[in-house]
Amino acid sequence: MSILVFIEISEGEIKKSSLEAVSYAAGIGGDVTAIAFGEASSEALAAAGKAGATKVLHVADEKYKQGNIQAYASALAAAVESIGAETVVLAKSSLGDPVSARLAIKIGASLATNVTELPDTSNGFTVKRSIYTGKAFANVNLTEGKRIIGIKKNAAIIKEDGADAAVEAFNVSADDADFKVNVTSQEKATGDILLPEADLVVSGGRGLKGPENWGMIEDLAKTLGAATGCSKPVSDMDWRPHHEHVGQTGIKVAPTLYIAVGISGAIQHLAGVNSSKFIVVINKDPEAPFFKAADYGIVGDAFEVVPKLTEAIKALNN
Amino acid sequence: MKILVCITHVPDTTSKIAFTDGNTKFDQTGVQYIIGPYDDYALARAVELKEQTGGSITVLNVGEAETEPTLRKALAIGADDAIRVNAFPKDSFFVANQIANAAKEGGYDLILMGRESIDFNSGVVHSMVGELLGMPSLSPVMTLDIEGSTAKMTREIEGGKEYLEADLPLVLGCQEPIAEWKIPNMRGIMTARTKPLNVVEPADDTVRTQLSTYEMPPAKGAVKMIDADNVSELVDLLKSEAKVL
Ligand SMILES: Cc1cc2nc3c(=O)[nH]c(=O)nc-3n(C[C@H](O)[C@H](O)[C@H](O)COP(=O)(O)OP(=O)(O)OC[C@H]3O[C@@H](n4cnc5c(N)ncnc54)[C@H](O)[C@@H]3O)c2cc1C
Ligand SMILES: Nc1ncnc2c1ncn2[C@@H]1O[C@H](COP(=O)(O)O)[C@@H](O)[C@H]1O
Repeated sequence: MSILVFIEISEGEIKKSSLEAVSYAAGIGGDVTAIAFGEASSEALAAAGKAGATKVLHVADEKYKQGNIQAYASALAAAVESIGAETVVLAKSSLGDPVSARLAIKIGASLATNVTELPDTSNGFTVKRSIYTGKAFANVNLTEGKRIIGIKKNAAIIKEDGADAAVEAFNVSADDADFKVNVTSQEKATGDILLPEADLVVSGGRGLKGPENWGMIEDLAKTLGAATGCSKPVSDMDWRPHHEHVGQTGIKVAPTLYIAVGISGAIQHLAGVNSSKFIVVINKDPEAPFFKAADYGIVGDAFEVVPKLTEAIKALNN
Repeated sequence: MKILVCITHVPDTTSKIAFTDGNTKFDQTGVQYIIGPYDDYALARAVELKEQTGGSITVLNVGEAETEPTLRKALAIGADDAIRVNAFPKDSFFVANQIANAAKEGGYDLILMGRESIDFNSGVVHSMVGELLGMPSLSPVMTLDIEGSTAKMTREIEGGKEYLEADLPLVLGCQEPIAEWKIPNMRGIMTARTKPLNVVEPADDTVRTQLSTYEMPPAKGAVKMIDADNVSELVDLLKSEAKVL
């Protein structure tokens, strides 16, 4: 079986989520070809080989430098045709999801996003996807001859034992109709750990009283090498930027460790964290509902507990 | 300006999720239904845009008769008329086909949706509709302003946002802070009763996926409480038991 994987580049390197997609594809079994857009060195792209790709198609054309949903979907359709792919795999992202949807229409494929495990191919092609915002799963049969799978974080373990992939230029004839949206500028936190991809997250809620108190959250996050998150009221009040908002209506995280400080644990917040492997809750109210969803809990004042925790982790690191 | 807002009819965010019939049907017992929270943002922004520039708002749902109270609520919030495509929303492709078909006739300048439904969480219907209609689609859109026939938008990306411009017509998946949720007032609720709600039959029956079964996640173990005066014990547990440090 021939599988195409859409890989995204961030700061010159393949995103971790995209490497997961490559390893997921390798896990299905078959010949895995990746496709990448924009600026990236051949060495950086060849690294897709370690995760399981044999070949990387590179669309280096200047026009494709910036994420463009329609143009990327058209290019992917051309690549599917060119390599005769039956299956396309992508990682969930602000680019991956819309690209997969437009591609599904273009090539007449079955599509499932938010997939959490390798497919079951014993009887057709069935994938397990997360629904009801992490509260349940659906097993869905992908019935068409072509299928597209959008994976959620942790759907596969990144392989590191492959050989370098062969990198080839891939030329697509750009259609003007695909370039009708103008990206006038981008604001992006650079160097920071991105919340949707983070393995460790420290998150603060209204219990922290004001934005001036986030120093201790950032200290703890920095000590751990964690990303920072927050509850919805915190971003609604502009204490923290919107892209840190975790929950039903915000980012759904899937770290190995989620530390919640001064967050009550409303069901809508829990909906964004229920894919975490371990949850630590620090709250001064022993009745806070978050404790019911936690693995470890401390009842106490965040202003005392958090600095102590940071010190204890520093002591461990030394 | 003519705006189409596509809304889902979904369990309230506090609902307990359970299944029946050998895990093949959603258990509706005791479940309250709402307009999808993201769709509610889309509707709220549509109402604001209409206040600024005039025009009309049509709301659309692909669903069976039970979704009509949800459509009425959208009419009470400020939509002018409603369309219900009379069919169970079998999969994203099926829904996108119905919406695209209804929109073809409508000549809408903007088709607003939520970034994702909170039952299926696919985040794809808007992009499918965009592709079916040959229009650009963007999601998740955090701000939207219209200047003449151009839309200026911000879209959330990982770790930040991007500023975008495109000519109408467009299909957008919306999220906060595009607008604040609107609560219908008494006058809205009264007038909603007589606003047109047109029921149309599905145009096409094609599906591209088939649900096999639902499944619940494994139950969570009990929480281990640690004394606030003994924070280093937590660090020990995270290291030796959870093995995350
Ligand atoms: C449709 C819908 C969607 C929603 N989506 C989201 C979402 O995506 N994400 C989200 O987060 N919310 C969401 N909400 C809101 C949600 O219902 C809660 O209101 C919100 O999560 C509460 O945020 P919080 O826990 O920070 O604040 P609060 O509920 O006010 O909790 C503050 C907590 O801090 C504790 N505290 C106070 N002082 C201290 C201290 N000194 N030390 C330690 N602890 C302290 C308190 O005991 C309390 O438990 C949504 C709501 C609706 C209706
Ligand atoms: N059955 C439906 N009827 C009307 N609109 C829908 C329906 N399903 C999805 N949508 C719209 O498409 C958006 C994305 O849905 P989804 O792709 O299911 O996450 C939703 O926020 C709605 O605006």
